[in-house]
Amino acid sequence: MKRSIILLGIGTLLFGQADVKLNIGKPGEKPNIAVPDFRGAADAQPLMNTFNSRLWSELQNSGQLKMVPKTTYPLQIPQQPADFHPPLSGKSQGAWLTDWSGPPVNTNFLAFGYTATQNGQLVLYGWLYDVKQTAPSSAQLLAKVYVGTPDEAGSKKVAQEFAADILKIFGGSSLVGSRIYFVSDRTGHKEIWSMNYDGTDQKQFTSYRTITNFPAVSPDGSKIAFMNYPMRAASPGHPATESQPRIYVHSLETGRKLPYLNQDASMNAPSDFMPDNQHLLIYSTAAGGVSQIFMTDADGGGFRRITNSRALEVEAKANPKTGADIVFTSGRGGMPQIYRMNIDGTDVARLTTGEGEAVNPAWSPDGQHIAFAWTRGFEPGNYNIFIMDVVSQEMIQLTHGAGRNENPNWAADGVHLVFSSKRGRTMQIYTMLADGTGLQQLTTQGNNEKPVWSKGTQ
Amino acid sequence: MSASDRLHASKIAATLLVLTIAVVAPGCSKKVPPPPPPPPPTTAAPPPTVAKPSIDSFAAEPSTIEPGQSSTLSWSISNATDMSIDHAIGAVQSRGQRQVFPASTTTYTLTANGPGGSDTRTVTVSVNTPPPPPPPAPTGPRLSSAEMLQQQSQDAYFDYDKSDIRSDARDALTRDAGLLKQIFAQDPNFSVVVEGHCDERGSAEYNLALGDKRASAAKDFLVQLGVAGDRIKTISYGKERPQCTEANEECWQKNRRAHLSAGQ
Repeated sequence: MKRSIILLGIGTLLFGQADVKLNIGKPGEKPNIAVPDFRGAADAQPLMNTFNSRLWSELQNSGQLKMVPKTTYPLQIPQQPADFHPPLSGKSQGAWLTDWSGPPVNTNFLAFGYTATQNGQLVLYGWLYDVKQTAPSSAQLLAKVYVGTPDEAGSKKVAQEFAADILKIFGGSSLVGSRIYFVSDRTGHKEIWSMNYDGTDQKQFTSYRTITNFPAVSPDGSKIAFMNYPMRAASPGHPATESQPRIYVHSLETGRKLPYLNQDASMNAPSDFMPDNQHLLIYSTAAGGVSQIFMTDADGGGFRRITNSRALEVEAKANPKTGADIVFTSGRGGMPQIYRMNIDGTDVARLTTGEGEAVNPAWSPDGQHIAFAWTRGFEPGNYNIFIMDVVSQEMIQLTHGAGRNENPNWAADGVHLVFSSKRGRTMQIYTMLADGTGLQQLTTQGNNEKPVWSKGTQ
Repeated sequence: MSASDRLHASKIAATLLVLTIAVVAPGCSKKVPPPPPPPPPTTAAPPPTVAKPSIDSFAAEPSTIEPGQSSTLSWSISNATDMSIDHAIGAVQSRGQRQVFPASTTTYTLTANGPGGSDTRTVTVSVNTPPPPPPPAPTGPRLSSAEMLQQQSQDAYFDYDKSDIRSDARDALTRDAGLLKQIFAQDPNFSVVVEGHCDERGSAEYNLALGDKRASAAKDFLVQLGVAGDRIKTISYGKERPQCTEANEECWQKNRRAHLSAGQ
């Protein structure tokens, strides 16, 4: 009974977004889509293995569609709208909509098309049909031409762009163009790195050669804040050492450091940008005593206090929809737990049960759920990723004891999570769907942690 | 007296009688034979020849030593009544050995004197000279304070998720307070940093705050014991600088600590 309630909650989580453009099926059911292999004319054919596997995986990994297995598809695969011919007197005249909408395929949607090389470019002609319609004219949801270089990279690019357009039709968003910022020690120092959503194109962003940690990216993708221990130069009798940790803000457009006025305190660390991109939630000892939560402008001015307790208060995250409430980790009840409060400090409520240690809260883009790391049922340090509906406080557990799982963070699609997990000797970054399936490891070199999924500036 | 003794005594008496007659007889007769030639004068034994003292051997074995090692002098002398070796060894017998421990290359002189004169011999024990030590490192007062701190300060340990000063931490910090007062007194420019550290189990974010609280708890304790608070800074490393990387309680305890390091 309990289990079915939880599952219903997750169905809502996956498909309860306000901006769904097509309302298909019952809540919690994913739309079916058939994606037959596309063929390429002449020179383009050798690139089609890459294209077809990329298109399939992009759609499948979105978590938003149910892929109908290819083994059920009819023999007549349409390559263009002109290939559709209604049956005459019950006799097939070629491909038709009911070949796909009826058994054994039973799909709602069909993606088809072909590629060719034209003027030294790879050109994709792509269509998406709602095959439950009665005529091709009303079935067409998408018809578009995509151009790429006539090589493997070009075929991946047109597949990604076509998949992104299909996902938009279903109210989802493609992860293409999003970047994951994270901390890696692969150079010997913890630095900020970034990579694509699929782990490709890993790039070093900072080179401070000290300890750089806790990245936070502004919602518009223009700025990154992180904590850094500035190095004190060596002097006679003293090697160079770190000084007290400070907040740094860099532009993600130029990479340059932006001005940020730190408080004179034993520690200052950023945790999140507000939805307006102009304010930063931080935790600091600037009020004297222990770490508390504050808000500042993006340049460190306008410093003001949000929590006022004698307990350790860290990692506040602003509701991305409203900016009016925050979740944060506090030791006010003993071991760290996750609390929610209004941004003015009123209406404090503990969200987690008080068992074990609950840390690393992260809002879903719709502002209705948080993902977090919790040791419930496990020894200290053995965290698993959970999701909670903030209003009902219903929870589901996404990881189940495999390694130490921390710092979950949502993709803009509200369906994917990125997190770090120590499943062997090193900590690595993984993605999964918000129901715990579709696990993919993105990193392998050194230790990689504290991922933040930015939708990017594109 | 035995029978043979009596016989012997009577022979002596008879001989004495003959001799007496013979001596007295010339005075009794005018025709006396010429006396026998005097016996050749007994050649008086020549005064004994006084030989010159002679040092037959004088050697050092080994003849080359390292500083602190010994060498054995050995000698053999004839015809001397008075023998000595210099360098405070003094009188020696005519044949002997002596261990010596010269700190540097030394020449020993053996002198032998006697009625016939004297003799001297020398032997040299060479001591290898080590290269000079490097000049003493220029030790400014700050370096020695930093070294004192590094060698003599003690870490204060904490319970999991706690920053209370336990009784063992109290002992460690009390000793640290004495050390800091001594260092601060001898080195007016010296300052110290209290580092707060955590084990790997808590979240990195929470541990940053917890390490900060541990460092400031340790600092407060030192200040209560009279250490100058304005010369102590705190820094939290959270779990970024573990002392020990194994996943067991022994190791975690080593990491839950406040540690003193030199400031600038």
